[in-house]
Amino acid sequence: MIKIDNLHFAYPVDDGEEQKEAIRGISLEIKRGEFVALLGHNGSGKSTLAKLLNGILIPVSGAVYVDGMNTADEDKLLEIRKKAGMVFQNPDNQIVATVVEEDVAFACENMGLPSEEIRRRVDTALETVGMSEFKLHAPHLLSGGQKQRVAIAGVLAMEPEIIILDEPTAMLDPKGRQEVMKAITALNREKGMTIVLITHHMDEAAQASRVVIIDQGKAVLDDTPEKVFSQVEEMRSHSLDVPQTVELMHLLGDGLDLTKISVAQCADEIEKYLS
Amino acid sequence: MIKDITLGQYFPGNSFIHRLDPRIKLIALVVFIVSIFFAEGLVSYGLCIGFTVAMVAISKIKPKLILRSLRAIIIIVIFTALLNMLYTPGKEIVSFWIFKITWEGIYAGFAMAVRVILLVTVSALLTYTTSPMALTDGLEKLLLPLKKIKIPVHEFAMMMTIALRFIPTLIEETDKIMSAQKARGADFESGNIIKRAKALIPVLVPLFVSSFRRADELATAMECRLYHGGSGRTRLKSLRYGKIDAIGTIILVLVCAGIIVLAKVFGL
Repeated sequence: MIKIDNLHFAYPVDDGEEQKEAIRGISLEIKRGEFVALLGHNGSGKSTLAKLLNGILIPVSGAVYVDGMNTADEDKLLEIRKKAGMVFQNPDNQIVATVVEEDVAFACENMGLPSEEIRRRVDTALETVGMSEFKLHAPHLLSGGQKQRVAIAGVLAMEPEIIILDEPTAMLDPKGRQEVMKAITALNREKGMTIVLITHHMDEAAQASRVVIIDQGKAVLDDTPEKVFSQVEEMRSHSLDVPQTVELMHLLGDGLDLTKISVAQCADEIEKYLS
Repeated sequence: MIKDITLGQYFPGNSFIHRLDPRIKLIALVVFIVSIFFAEGLVSYGLCIGFTVAMVAISKIKPKLILRSLRAIIIIVIFTALLNMLYTPGKEIVSFWIFKITWEGIYAGFAMAVRVILLVTVSALLTYTTSPMALTDGLEKLLLPLKKIKIPVHEFAMMMTIALRFIPTLIEETDKIMSAQKARGADFESGNIIKRAKALIPVLVPLFVSSFRRADELATAMECRLYHGGSGRTRLKSLRYGKIDAIGTIILVLVCAGIIVLAKVFGL
């Protein structure tokens, strides 16, 4: 679905300043139906990587292929963005229209679809994120979590094959975070949508089927969440924490199976350890 | 505090007026306002007032809302009425100092007040019954011929839509910045005008900076949702000239022609 091949990227700088590479040689392959979490601390290059995935930024060297199309090919740009939808951190800055349903329709309108088809897609997209009852509301009166779900619906209406979410929960309260994460996991499990979630929340990454740790522009770990999070010391060396469940079991000492990352599994494991 | 400001407020509904094509409503506004200025006698004014009252009634917009929009211009109305009253020559009733009040003056003063009130009422009715999106859409379609002389009509309409969308967001942000500055001891309420204007600078600078950041992010988000200008764009609700629009047009033409004929031909 997405193939990243020895990717390098650096932001342009003024003369005299030293150029610093934000992405320093990443190679990855993301398969159809996967739920990949890109995890890294601030400044690790994870958001830059996201912007490289659908051609907002163009690689300095190396290449990104979306369904076989190179993102550096300008003629294919619309086609690539139609396949790979993107949701950003701040819901306020990605909502264009003054009515929810008109905002969700924005991408379809740009695609030049007939009105009936737009109507169908808008209704389906709003249904999928559970926002149908708000379709005639003004976006600025919604809560953060609701706004972000509208933004997701706006991308869904393009009927993309993959959705890239760049820290979609960073500006939300715990309730909003929960709403959005529920919508994202449902998209992956029920609709089989390929998801790339950029985050620095460990518990969100733990819900993915694969976790890639990005540090200083490189992919340093790439495995299932269980295997990644059980390497507590390795995670710390990349200035990252582990989920609280793993942290607890790690503190309790050896002999515990650190791959039991969900709360229920962790509770069972500790019970077994204590008895 | 600033949150109470309402601009071009829209009240959703399903009346005949609400369902009219925004293009018809925009044209009707212009045509009717021109007709109002043709009115002369009591009969033609009566027709203008009657038509306006009927439209408000049909739209089911609460008269209280119309009155609220009139409150803002009450001083202008009184002022223009007084000027007309005092400076229209004719048969004198009373005179004092350099002022003379004439019968013609009183009539002209009232007529001007009625005109201004009707003008504001119908304009308010347009924004109350038309969603901002429909309004910009209608404007875009109406101005489309200007594209031939290289005026970027679609881009202007898009700018208007985005401006309307961001008014509440920016008002909220201004409120937040002002609270933050107040918490650091800023004083916005005392001192003369110059002092107060100066106090606003620390509010405006961060507001501008954040607006640029927002604009940048919005542009990226729009590109990600395949925005590439107006060419080949379709709409969720395409504007269609339907049966009710035909009825609306006929009524409008009849009323406006009636006003002009009554005023100019019969002098009523």
